[in-house]
Amino acid sequence: MSITLVMSSLFFGGALAWYIEGVKAQSARWIALLTVIIVGFYFVISITTAGLDFSSLQTLVRLSWISSFNIEYALAVDYLSLVLVLLTLFLAVICVLVSWQEIQTKTGFYYFNLLAAIAGIIGVFTAVDMFLFFFFWEVMLLPMTALIAIWGHENRHFAAIKFFIFTQVSSLLMLVAIIAMATIHFQQRGQVSFFYQDWLTLNLPLSTSLYLMLGFFIAFAVKLPSVPVHSWLPDAHTQAPTAGSVLLAGVLLKTGAYGLIRFVLHLFPQASMEFAPIAATLGVVSILYGAKMAFAQQDFKRLVAYSSISHMGFVMLALFSFNAIAYQGAVLTLVAHGLSSAALFALAGMVYSRIHSRDLGHMGGFWQTAPRMGGFALAFAAAAFGLPGLANFVAEFFSLVGAYQRFPLLTILAAFGLVGSAIYGMVLFQSAFQGKEANRGESSKVDDLSKRELLVFSSLLALLILIGFYPNIVLMFFQDTGQTLVLTNTAGGQ
Amino acid sequence: MTNSLPETVLALLPFYPLISFLLLIGFGKRLSWHMAAILSVGSMALSAISSFVVINQLSVQSPILTVHLWNWFELGLEGSLTAKINISFYLDGLSAVMISVVSGIGLLIHIFAAAYMKEDENFTRFMAYMNLFIVAMLILVLADNLVLLYLGWEGVGLCSFLLIGFWYQEKANVLAARKAFIVTRVGDTAMAIGLFMLFKELGQFNINALTENANMLWTVGDDAPYWIALLLLGGAVGKSAQLPLQTWLPDAMAGPTPVSALIHAATMVTAGVYLIARMNGIFLLAPEVMNYVAWLGATTLLLAGIAALAQNDIKRVLAYSTMSQIGYMMLSLGAGAFSAGVFHLMTHAFFKALLFLTAGAIILALHHQQNLFKMGGLLKRLPFETALFAIGLVCLMALPGSSGFFSKEAIIAQLWSSNTAGPMLWYCAIFGALLTSIYSCRLFFLAFMGEKRFDHELQPSSSKLLKLSLIALAVLSLIGGIFANTIELSLSAVFPSIEPLNLDEPHWLHSVAIAAPFVGILFSWFYFSNYRGSNKENYQDNPSALVLFCRLGLGFDRLYDLLLVKPYCYLARLNKNDLFDQLIMLNAWYVGICHDVLKSSQTGKLRWYAAAIGLATLLLLLTLNIESFSLEAS
Repeated sequence: MSITLVMSSLFFGGALAWYIEGVKAQSARWIALLTVIIVGFYFVISITTAGLDFSSLQTLVRLSWISSFNIEYALAVDYLSLVLVLLTLFLAVICVLVSWQEIQTKTGFYYFNLLAAIAGIIGVFTAVDMFLFFFFWEVMLLPMTALIAIWGHENRHFAAIKFFIFTQVSSLLMLVAIIAMATIHFQQRGQVSFFYQDWLTLNLPLSTSLYLMLGFFIAFAVKLPSVPVHSWLPDAHTQAPTAGSVLLAGVLLKTGAYGLIRFVLHLFPQASMEFAPIAATLGVVSILYGAKMAFAQQDFKRLVAYSSISHMGFVMLALFSFNAIAYQGAVLTLVAHGLSSAALFALAGMVYSRIHSRDLGHMGGFWQTAPRMGGFALAFAAAAFGLPGLANFVAEFFSLVGAYQRFPLLTILAAFGLVGSAIYGMVLFQSAFQGKEANRGESSKVDDLSKRELLVFSSLLALLILIGFYPNIVLMFFQDTGQTLVLTNTAGGQ
Repeated sequence: MTNSLPETVLALLPFYPLISFLLLIGFGKRLSWHMAAILSVGSMALSAISSFVVINQLSVQSPILTVHLWNWFELGLEGSLTAKINISFYLDGLSAVMISVVSGIGLLIHIFAAAYMKEDENFTRFMAYMNLFIVAMLILVLADNLVLLYLGWEGVGLCSFLLIGFWYQEKANVLAARKAFIVTRVGDTAMAIGLFMLFKELGQFNINALTENANMLWTVGDDAPYWIALLLLGGAVGKSAQLPLQTWLPDAMAGPTPVSALIHAATMVTAGVYLIARMNGIFLLAPEVMNYVAWLGATTLLLAGIAALAQNDIKRVLAYSTMSQIGYMMLSLGAGAFSAGVFHLMTHAFFKALLFLTAGAIILALHHQQNLFKMGGLLKRLPFETALFAIGLVCLMALPGSSGFFSKEAIIAQLWSSNTAGPMLWYCAIFGALLTSIYSCRLFFLAFMGEKRFDHELQPSSSKLLKLSLIALAVLSLIGGIFANTIELSLSAVFPSIEPLNLDEPHWLHSVAIAAPFVGILFSWFYFSNYRGSNKENYQDNPSALVLFCRLGLGFDRLYDLLLVKPYCYLARLNKNDLFDQLIMLNAWYVGICHDVLKSSQTGKLRWYAAAIGLATLLLLLTLNIESFSLEAS
């Protein structure tokens, strides 16, 4: 299997779409859709036929890139990256579908940016040379910023700049940490190396690793995002076009969680153990603060954005509990939240396309004319507040049951997030779909879902229910890894 | 499937209404009334028949029937052990009582609802929600582990939310639905924390294994069962509308009347009672919590009784009465009289469903008038409904012979010498019985006696379906007492028998308990005599401050509003712009200021530039000179 092929076909598919749009209008979206579907199928087929055991990292490519610094082009995958890449490719299809009607200007360039961002994200999930990782980390940022800055809503430039600066500043810290790690490798082994597996064998004194860990941690905490460095997210989400929001919430945030698992926890087990109480507290604060802020919002997308912060708090808490159950919960939260928040942002986009407003005050009574949409909205809101039977419940349940083993008090506090999420979920659903129809002048009739929208929603909901009742299709990959993670970390702690 | 026939029946039992739900939601308004009614009621009938079949399979030799559907997920423990959480059903005496109530009463209420809601434009949606509710409720009572129970628990909560807000265009209904969901969610959260704690202590969620392990690991009075039982109690009071989380129930009456009958009287609100009965193994290890349960029940039953005295809305009277009857059940559980509590749950489901549905029929006949002070004189005009309502009230007051009598007397009889209750609680229960009969009489007098006080012509429904279900419920309410022995027998396998204290029970205990409702009736006959009279002047509803206070739920709403809702909303408003964001944006502001300052220096005027260059050069020279001087000096 070749991840390189996946990434390059996404990139060139995007380029092709850009070119073709100039030749024949309205064709870019078809090219983009075909590209993501074909790439998706190729990926699924190649991993099922690969015959590799992905429970540990399997190096797929290792080529020399910048030989003077021993920088390589190295890609490797294990189940964690596979699941996240699958999620990314699935949401890529959703992204193209929700952009179908929405994007009317510079369409070709739009799809190029979209596919380039997806390619970059896949690179982030698979790169094991840290320089390459950093490279992809930046690559996914640029098209994402472009998506917000060009096709966003009224305040898009501000949001794009804010998004860019936040991520840049934080990734600068990571760059410093990466270079420091390479230097340490030079000191210990007499050779510079950016290769992840090499770094795993390094012996770091606790004080040094604490600082280096923080460098990575801050970068990933910003991406996750965690309170207090979360505030780029509401602006970026609100201003981004629908597909941008879907991509941001669905997968871009997950790169932060992925980084925490892959690098922070594995490279610095001892330091992260030391740091765990602080990180877990940040997680709990994010859960509660995010839920409270979500309640305060009047803007549909802002509300969902803050709910994302709240959900990612569960990931943070679970990861730093060093417990196999919590670890599985964290991974499952990534998938579940990827699907449910994508669905909610898609919903926001559909509502916006009908009434040209994101203000909850302008909504109300949609159920009257759009009962299907209402039903789906309720289901996705229910997913957000963790209704059992949907994927998010299992995820939160695992996270909290696991976290309770280590941080009982913090987990009890975190559990109040369940009340908070019920409050904002209810406010969201009820103010849009119940109550009297708001007076919106002539355009007061809200149409129900089109076939395309129905396809988007029903596939998302089907997955949420499937994972909700049969979570083993995700969890079976993480039974062992969870265990080993805990073991290495507890060993490191002693 | 390798399961035996009864197992297959049990496995499918909760899913017929699910199929109906999916079809109703899928086809929506394209279904005619007949199709929709047949689908929803038919699926309920299948469930009810299945329940009947599987319950008949239970016997003294094989008191338990289980069926495993699939493995939901596994929680890894230390080593290679895992705790399997299965989608499995577990039928014993207790769940048998529950499924017969849920599917039996559910069926009757579905029949009623099909007729009652016929004219509503969203009829299919309504029946779909009702079906979904039944699915969740059946899963709740059949679950063999607490996680699956929690699934049903949240599921019924969601359906309750949907049905309270069924007429979603009214702001009041929307708010009532939200309140119900969020208040119960507070209790659910307590319960969830209880589950986390249970898992940490016992590494299990399977109910039987939990009970066994708990009895092996803990002794009576340990800390762990105390906290766990207390947290589970939190869940129970939320769902069952007991103090301090009772405020949502009266508002929940905003839903259509069949909903009030099914969810907010007969089934869902008793889920808390079921939870405590189901987890009796844990609760018995924490006698203090049992005592709290008893006191909570007693307090709720008295406060709700007082509040019921002051209501003017017929449905709200019944809502408070439900609260107070569940208080009896809680009191009974707390006293260790589990069977009596569960029996009262069943008889209460019969007669309260009857009361609500009859009230619904009356409200329909009165053109949606629910105010008691605008009724009156219905005795002559609606004799059929009056008779049924009277039967319901007789059971509610527990007059001898009625089903309520058998269950309530069973509870009261065990209070005096219980380990965890005692004489004080016995007095509370008796006073509660007195209150019950007084508010029942007040309701009856206001609605049915005296002169008519409504303007429109009555429009009693002539639907046969409606009458059929009402009569069936009335019969059940009257003869419900005959189940006493069967239930006692089937529950004796579920609950451990508890030795009561050796107190000398005064010989007058039983006679007082039986006499209490009659005293109440006698009192009301004279005290509310003006409600029976024909003088319209007596019916002015101008409540005193005290009555108003009781009518509004004894100030709990205002208290919570002041303590919780207002501060939360205030905090949310205060920090709407996100404090952290503003701190971070200070940087941007600072950079902006610097930018402005520097920009203002770029004036484009040559004189300014020349002067600046001259000044800077001078300064530079000066500092250099100073440095060279100081160098020389040193």
